[in-house]
Amino acid sequence: MILSSIVFLPLLFALLIAIWPKANTIRHLALGLSLIEFLVSLSIFKHFDASATGLQLVEKFMWIERFGIQYFMGIDGISLWLVLLTTFLTPIIILASWTSITERIKGFHVCMFILQTAMLGTFLAMDAIFFYVFWELSLVPMYFMVGIWGGARRIYATVKFFIYTMAGSVLMLVAIIYMMYLTQEATGQMSASLLDFYKLQIPFVGGTFFSLQTLLFFAFALAFAIKVPAFPVHTWLPDAHVEAPTPGSVILAGVMLKMGTYGFMRWVIPLFPEASEYWAWLFMLIGTVGIIYGALVAMVQPDVKKLVAYSSVSHMGYILLGLFAFNAYGMGGGLYQMLNHGISTGALFILIGMIYERTHSREISKYGGLAGVLPIFTIFFFIITLSSIAVPMTNGFVGEFFILLGTYQANPVFAYFAVSGVVLGAVYMLWMFKRVFFGEQGELVKDEHHPLHDLNAREIAVLVPMVIMVFWMGLFPNHFLNYSKASIDYLVNNRSNYNLTIVQPGAVDVTHAQGEN
Amino acid sequence: MNHSLLMAILILAPFVGFLINGARYKKHSGNVAGSIATVAVAISFISAILLVVDLISMPAEGRRIAVSFFEWMAIDKFKVNAGFVVDQISAIMILVITGVGTLIHLFSIGYMHHDKGVAKYFAYLNLFIFNMLLLVLGDSLLVMFVGWEGVGLCSYLLIGFWFTDKEKAAAGMKAFITNRIGDAAFLLGMFVLFITFGTLNFSELNALAPTVAESTWLGALTLGTLFLFIGATGKSAQIPLYVWLPDAMAGPTPVSALIHAATMVTAGVYMIVRLNPLFIMAPNTMMVIAIIGAATAVFAATIGITQNDIKKVLAYSTVSQLGYMFLAVGVGAFGAAMFHLMTHAFFKALMFLGSGSVIHGMHEEQDIRKMGGLKKYMPITHITFVMGWLAIIGTPLFSGFFSKDEILAYAFHSPMGSPILWAAGVVGATLTAFYMTRLMALTFWGKSRVSPDVHPHESSAIMTIPLIILAILSVFAGWIGVPHVIGEHLGHMPNFWEHWLHPMISPIPGWTAIDHTTEWVLMGCSVGLATVSAIVAYQFYVKSPETPKKIAESIKPVYNLVNNKYFVDEAYFGGIINPLINLSKNTWYYIDVNFIDKMTFWAGDLVRGMGSFVRSVQTGNMQQYAMYIGIGVVVALSFVIMR
Repeated sequence: MILSSIVFLPLLFALLIAIWPKANTIRHLALGLSLIEFLVSLSIFKHFDASATGLQLVEKFMWIERFGIQYFMGIDGISLWLVLLTTFLTPIIILASWTSITERIKGFHVCMFILQTAMLGTFLAMDAIFFYVFWELSLVPMYFMVGIWGGARRIYATVKFFIYTMAGSVLMLVAIIYMMYLTQEATGQMSASLLDFYKLQIPFVGGTFFSLQTLLFFAFALAFAIKVPAFPVHTWLPDAHVEAPTPGSVILAGVMLKMGTYGFMRWVIPLFPEASEYWAWLFMLIGTVGIIYGALVAMVQPDVKKLVAYSSVSHMGYILLGLFAFNAYGMGGGLYQMLNHGISTGALFILIGMIYERTHSREISKYGGLAGVLPIFTIFFFIITLSSIAVPMTNGFVGEFFILLGTYQANPVFAYFAVSGVVLGAVYMLWMFKRVFFGEQGELVKDEHHPLHDLNAREIAVLVPMVIMVFWMGLFPNHFLNYSKASIDYLVNNRSNYNLTIVQPGAVDVTHAQGEN
Repeated sequence: MNHSLLMAILILAPFVGFLINGARYKKHSGNVAGSIATVAVAISFISAILLVVDLISMPAEGRRIAVSFFEWMAIDKFKVNAGFVVDQISAIMILVITGVGTLIHLFSIGYMHHDKGVAKYFAYLNLFIFNMLLLVLGDSLLVMFVGWEGVGLCSYLLIGFWFTDKEKAAAGMKAFITNRIGDAAFLLGMFVLFITFGTLNFSELNALAPTVAESTWLGALTLGTLFLFIGATGKSAQIPLYVWLPDAMAGPTPVSALIHAATMVTAGVYMIVRLNPLFIMAPNTMMVIAIIGAATAVFAATIGITQNDIKKVLAYSTVSQLGYMFLAVGVGAFGAAMFHLMTHAFFKALMFLGSGSVIHGMHEEQDIRKMGGLKKYMPITHITFVMGWLAIIGTPLFSGFFSKDEILAYAFHSPMGSPILWAAGVVGATLTAFYMTRLMALTFWGKSRVSPDVHPHESSAIMTIPLIILAILSVFAGWIGVPHVIGEHLGHMPNFWEHWLHPMISPIPGWTAIDHTTEWVLMGCSVGLATVSAIVAYQFYVKSPETPKKIAESIKPVYNLVNNKYFVDEAYFGGIINPLINLSKNTWYYIDVNFIDKMTFWAGDLVRGMGSFVRSVQTGNMQQYAMYIGIGVVVALSFVIMR
């Protein structure tokens, strides 16, 4: 029951908040509830076996018998950290939005918790239809978050966001239904279970686009690539970020983009191994182009939030590159980078939100000399900048290093190009840092009518956990990687006949210990 | 004491100092902050001495103290521990870093005395020492890389220490980004070596080094070492990535002494010496290193002649001296490179601190055209600076003499060297004698050109004591590496240095002993030319100050070219940086905003258009529907009939 509670508790919380009578205590309530959710999610560790390769803590019931659709959840080393990232970030986001969200507080927190259920469900659902429901559900609260609490061009941004993601999702739905028919052909019983999908042998012909596996591969890959977002379907992201309120940006960058990269790991690569292998060059190319393109465009942004949004395109390019390297370094680094990006970019958006609350501007040219006025803010911003540009001993380095190492092993040419991101990342971040924090005081900084106040205790409380994670994950990556090792190794070594099994509590996972080489 | 405890104290003492001063960043008392920081480094220094004493007591073979604290990064076959090792090579480094570091911290107490951000300054300085220790103690390339990037970061923070000045902040950024270009190559070097040898551990890599030299250019060993060398050109300011170092002089002067002269910038040399069994098997890489080193030595020295900022002269001098170290490494003289690294650390730190004392005494004046005759106001600074000057120009029996002449001897005689490399080295030495004498003359000697409202004064004892200690080291440090050719005339004085490093240094393939006559002749050439050059410079700048101006006037185009540092910065801006920014703006505007977005909305409009067409058909008008049915029937029937 652990996974069900983790997924559906937030939905219950949303209901509770919706009926909560006192408007002035909603924030406290929401914070408390989100912390409870985080603690509940930590209980996974009590039961999780890091050495097992299969699905754990499985809950499985038939839902719609005729179509073989099940209520099916399970967790493994791939989804574990993404679940924890989600539950970890939620209380932080709620605390960070304490003063920035002033209207419709109740509605906002309801959205927040529904979104949390949707995201957790996406990571844990093991039935295609069940997964699809959560996948689409996540769009709705996000749509409202940007549309209601967003900036001036929020309607434009939400429409763009919706057009893009829906276009991808619809193709994926078609592919899911098609695969359900394939299970019926293969076994006589229709099933939407991901485990049954894995067993399918889908015909693949190289050299043509119009082979069944290739078509299904692209239907899924497009949906996920849009979510990532990979070049060239990334242009919804900068607009969504700029118009979204701070908490929306943090969730978007912190968790929702990972739904895309997670999709590649959980669905695309193991379901369509031959097509993935055949088209790996394309996705490595897309990843590499994304790294360089995102960094270059980030460099010339006048709006600091847009800069960070484009930096996400660059960082997510690394992840895609790592995943399609198909080795333990690339995949492990890719998974690690998902968490890093959630922490560092999430924190960057929080920091930008904090300064925006003070000055109501995000234009880089209006700042300058902030370091002299807001020293504590500067220290936090600097530490997160280091994480973002992957300085060793911060989390970012571990992920980037393994991704590039894996890429080099798979195809050095991509590594030669991708490594330029190491330089360009420093360029756009430090140039921005210089213009905002150093030099003479800009018009917003020296404005005598609105003297700037440094961070208060609440704001420090928001940032400290992020900074702890930056260094913890940078200094002791094994604490985290060890839990994912078995699952990643299994995926890397057996992706051509991936056959995830269900680990019975207490039973030793013998079959796959032998299957690995 | 237990070795892992000592190692932990050695590394962590400065880090604790950083945390303490970092937490007190708002405090203004320079004495308290400075004392905390200095004590922290002094503790490291003592631990370093204790470790080295233990090391000396070990038998020469297998002389190493290795400590591994925990497994840092591990995926699949890639496993790297937080492991540290003190051996013959790193022992030298930790003593220099913590020893010279302590002196520079001490000096800083006086120098930074009335700066508001003094606690922050000392916090950064301690953080630097911590990272530098990680760099030299790391037992693998990856742990070294942690320190490697860490020192770059501290350098960034300290160069831009007075961040309200835009130029200074820009100089910090330039340093970090230029270094990052090198670091990206360093990463690639690690990938090549790991994929080839399956490890990044120094001793394992060195043990796996092939026994036969690799002759191709694209072989793993050549490629890997070349990438690492590109990394070194960033950190150690060699062509083409040297451009950040002169700008780095924007930082406080003790920082220039510690980071940009004595320690950090030598990291590239150190890294190559650490991996010397690997590098020596890649003769193509070695050739590139030697050529770049020699070229940098001469190139930077020429710029040094025309600079008027006391720190800029020293900065170009540092670039040039680092070139010597790379020349040494490139011809296989790893021991000589380490030797020059150490002596240079002493005399260049001395001269940088001396320039700091001058700047302090001149109330922040750095232009040597506005100095002159400071000898009588600053006797201690002067006399110690003279020692540094004598050392760097290679006056016999001063420290720089031994290390530089050993390099030149190797450059001439080593099978990897050539008379051309030697000649470049001698030209560099001649130029060095010239610009250093010019610096001395314009600053300390001749007539005073100090403006009447500036009253130069000698610095306090806390600043002069470090100068005196470094001056003593600059004079005598060379005696631990006296070459046999001189040693035999000094009561058969042994070459301690060579003996100490011997087990760690790979022999140069095809090396034959150099005969003493050649060695004397080579030495005579370089010393003779340097002496002549120094005398000419003295004549020019003390006796007849008009002559150099006339000469500059008569070769104006050449002078302008050199004075403007060969327009390299301008070329980088015009050829790389500005085009890149324009490219970025254009890609954003044309691809993102005007192509992809237009396409998306065009697709959206298409769907909407189709929708509105279908909607216009559904009018709810019965007659219209009847007509559609009619048309439909006719079309269907005609289709059937036509078949």
